[in-house]
Amino acid sequence: MNIHEYQGRDVLRAHGLPVPPGQVAETAARAEAIARELGLPVMVKAQVLTGGRGKAGGVKFCASLEDVTTHAGNILGMDIKGHTVRKVLVTPAVDIAEEYYLGMLIDRRSGQVHVMASAEGGVEIEQVAADTPELIHHLDVDPRFGLLDHQALGLGLKLCPGEVKKARQIGAALQKLHAAFVDADASLAEINPFIFTPDGEGLAIDAKVNLDDNALFRHPEYPEMRDRLAEDPSERQAREADLSFVKLSGNVGCLVNGAGLAMATMDLVKHYGGEPANFLDIGGSSNPEKVVNALRIILDDSEVKAILFNIFGGITRCDDVAQGIIQAAEQIDIDVPIVVRLTGTNEEEARELLARTDLVAATTMDEAVQKAIELAGTAA
Amino acid sequence: MAIFVNQDTRVLVQGITGRDGSFHSKGMLDYGTKLVAGVTPGKGGQTFEGQVPVFDTVADAVSETGANTSVIFVPPPFASGAIYEAADAGVELIVCITEGVPTLDMVKVMPYLRERGVRLIGPNCPGLLAPGIAKLGIMPASIVAPGKVGLVSRSGTLTYEVVWQLTSAGLGQSTCLGIGGDPVIGTTFMDAVEAFAADPGTEALVLIGEIGGDAEETAAAYIQEHVDMPVVSFIAGRTAPPGKRMGHAGAIITGGSGTAADKTKALEAAGIPVAPRAVDIVPLLRERQGA
Repeated sequence: MNIHEYQGRDVLRAHGLPVPPGQVAETAARAEAIARELGLPVMVKAQVLTGGRGKAGGVKFCASLEDVTTHAGNILGMDIKGHTVRKVLVTPAVDIAEEYYLGMLIDRRSGQVHVMASAEGGVEIEQVAADTPELIHHLDVDPRFGLLDHQALGLGLKLCPGEVKKARQIGAALQKLHAAFVDADASLAEINPFIFTPDGEGLAIDAKVNLDDNALFRHPEYPEMRDRLAEDPSERQAREADLSFVKLSGNVGCLVNGAGLAMATMDLVKHYGGEPANFLDIGGSSNPEKVVNALRIILDDSEVKAILFNIFGGITRCDDVAQGIIQAAEQIDIDVPIVVRLTGTNEEEARELLARTDLVAATTMDEAVQKAIELAGTAA
Repeated sequence: MAIFVNQDTRVLVQGITGRDGSFHSKGMLDYGTKLVAGVTPGKGGQTFEGQVPVFDTVADAVSETGANTSVIFVPPPFASGAIYEAADAGVELIVCITEGVPTLDMVKVMPYLRERGVRLIGPNCPGLLAPGIAKLGIMPASIVAPGKVGLVSRSGTLTYEVVWQLTSAGLGQSTCLGIGGDPVIGTTFMDAVEAFAADPGTEALVLIGEIGGDAEETAAAYIQEHVDMPVVSFIAGRTAPPGKRMGHAGAIITGGSGTAADKTKALEAAGIPVAPRAVDIVPLLRERQGA
C-alpha cells in the first residue's frame, strides 16, 4: 500500500526525524490560509501516488499569498500520469545548501533491510543508479541489531567526508528512518532530498513510504490512510472483495486461480493475438460469492467481449469452482460468452456439472485461450 | 531420489486441526507421507484421522515421535512464531505454506534459521512433492509421477500446470518444488538448482520463473558454470504492466529491472531455452535430452 507524502511525513515525524511543519489543503482558499499561518515563502506540493510530479508542474515555490492561490488552484485537479491531484501540501520553503538521498527497502537477495545513501539527492535515484551507480552507498542491516551507530555514522561520513557534524545528523536520520521502517512494516522508505540549510540544519523535506500489505493486520490505523479515490474504481472494488486485480485494456476478461498462472494466461492470450482485459487472481477460495464479485468487476468493463476461466485445482477443488461459476452465472445477467477450463482435483465431476450449462468447456489452457479470443472477436 | 526429503523424513503439521491444515494433512497421509504428528496448542491429546497424535507444542511432538520436518498451515500473524518454534525444537526442514506473512517477519526469521542450520521452504508456497517419497504441502498428488525431472517454481498453480504437462507426456519428476513468491523466502532458486545438481536422481531441470527480483538471472549464471544436465525454463508475466505491484526501487540494488525480457535474455545467454508457452516446455526438454 502506497501512502501520500503528507502521511509519510507523519510516520517519519513520529520517529523523531526533522520534518518541517505543513498541512494539506483540498482548496486554494485553504492553501492560502495555511500559508498565512506558516509564513512566506512556501512550497505547494501535489499529493499524488506517483513520481515525477515536479516535472509535471505539481510542485511550486510561492513568494506571495497570490502565488499560493494561483498555484494551488492550478495544481488541484491537475492530472499527473493519470492521477488526479485532490490535495496539496503547503510547507515552508527552506533555503537549501546541500541535498542528499536517504532510502531503504527490502532486498530480496540478502533478505534484509537494505540502506542506500547518496550525495546525489533531489534527483531520481533510479537515474543515479543507472548513470553513476558508484555514487550510491549500500548497507544491509542485520535484523538482530538494527542499524548500528558506527554504520550510520560511516554512511554519513561517506556523504559528507570530513564534516562530522553533518555526518552525525545524516547518521541519526538513517537510524530513525530505519526505526520508522521497521515499526511501520514498510517495504520502502525514502527521504529525497534530505537537505542541509545554509546554517547546517538537516531537514527531511520529502517522504515516500510504502507499507507491506501483509502487515496491515497489526496496524489498525493504516486502512484509514488508504486513499480510496486514488485507486482505479474496479481495482478498489476487487481489493475490497479480497481479489488481486489489475485492469488492462483488452477484451478477454480473465479469471484465474494463482498469480503465476494468471500471468501465464495473460501471456498466452497475447501470444495468440488477443488482448487480456485484466489480471485477476481469485485465489484459493472457490466460494460462489467470490466468483460473483469477480464476474461483476470484469463485466463492469464494457470492453470485455468474452470471459475466460482458467482454474487449476490444488487447494481449490474443480467441482467447487464449477458450482461457483454456475451459481454466479445464474445470479448475474451475463451477455458475453464464458469459456471455462478446469483441471486438477475433481475435474471429472466439474466437467459433468459444466456439461449441463451453456458455458463453453475446454480441456487445455491453449484451447481455452484460443476459444475465448475467437468468441471475443465474434462478439465485437 | 529427491531433494530435501528421503525415506527418513518424518513429518509433523503445525495447524493440523485448522480448515486448510486438516484438509491437506489428509492429502499427505493418503499419499503415504510419514505424517507422525500434529501440533495445535490446546488440542494436545487428540488424534487426527484416528492415527496421528496431536500435541500442544512442536517440542513435545518431536520428542515423542522423532519428527524431523514440519509443514506449517497457521494463519499469517502466527506463522513466523510457528517457524521459530519448529527450529527451536530441532526440526531440520520447515515448509511454510501460509500466504500473507509480513515480510519483516521473514527478515527476522532467516538469521535464526541460518544459525541453526534449518532449511525453510516458503512461505506462501505450495511446498514440495517427491513422487513416491513424500508430499509436503498442497500440490495435488494426482498430477505427479515418479521420474527424473526436477522442477522448481516461484508459483503455485502454474507449477501444477507444468507438472501435469510433464506427467501427461510421460516425463516423471524426481521432486517438484514450489519456493514461493514472496520477497524474502527461505529456499531460493539458487538453493534449489544446487540441490538438484547434486541429486543423482535428477537428470533434467525445469525452472518456472516470474517477473520481479533477479533470482532467475542468478540461477542462470550458476547453471552455465556448474550444471551439465538439460535445463528448460519458462517466465510468467511477459505482458504484465510494469510497476503495478512492486515499486521499481527494488531494481536499484541490482541494476536490472526484473522484467521477463531481462530474465529471458539472461537465461538464453546462459544457454537455457525459454519456452514461449507452457506447452512448449515438454518439447524443448525432449529436444535438449536428445541432444
